[in-house]
Amino acid sequence: MITLLYFAWVRERIGLPKETVETTATTVKELVEELRARDERYAVAFSDLASLRVAIDQDLVDFDAPLTGAKEVAFFPPMTGG
Amino acid sequence: MQISVQSDPFDFGALAQEFADGHTHMGAVVTFTGIVRDDDLGGLDVMEIEHYPGMTERAITKFAAYAKDRWDLGDVLVIHRHGALKPGEMIMMVATAARHRVNAFEAAEYLMDYLKSRAPFWKKEYVNGEPRWVNAKPEDEDALSRWD
Repeated sequence: MITLLYFAWVRERIGLPKETVETTATTVKELVEELRARDERYAVAFSDLASLRVAIDQDLVDFDAPLTGAKEVAFFPPMTGG
Repeated sequence: MQISVQSDPFDFGALAQEFADGHTHMGAVVTFTGIVRDDDLGGLDVMEIEHYPGMTERAITKFAAYAKDRWDLGDVLVIHRHGALKPGEMIMMVATAARHRVNAFEAAEYLMDYLKSRAPFWKKEYVNGEPRWVNAKPEDEDALSRWD
């Protein structure tokens, strides 16, 4: 079981802030493919990976990062702090 | 080292004074404060700042510890707010204390660059009642490379 978190417009497009999934995906990219295939909302939210960032267990990673041992995966747009 | 992610306002003057007090070996204190800016001629009603609780504190702590080490800081402070803020309200502040000003200024700039593009905050503006997400700027991303 992996907890998925969505922030900012990713959360708005998918329509929820958090969910848990059972997945056989071995990388973030594979997980995204599974989500895209699930529903139009996910397909829209994940249509352009270049405009998204991902964190595994609160550390920023690339989309080809392995999911081994991941408990929490978060998707969000580029950050705008400061 | 003092890190705080909070919705409440902070007292910039009191914090700056407290931070600057009691350093007998640090000759330079730099402070920076970010303020909600209205670029829309009075049209900005409110700015909502969303964040990723847990990762935000973790990321800021990592940047502050790195800055402390790299610029040999005597102390470092980062406060960043989230929630609904009005134009003119203070969003965040950074303070650095170093033996000399160059290190204090550089460390503060590094922290600002990293807070902007690598701390998980997202700004949404409500302009004349219409919501819009603030987009990250390519130049903010480019600014990070100067610290490599």
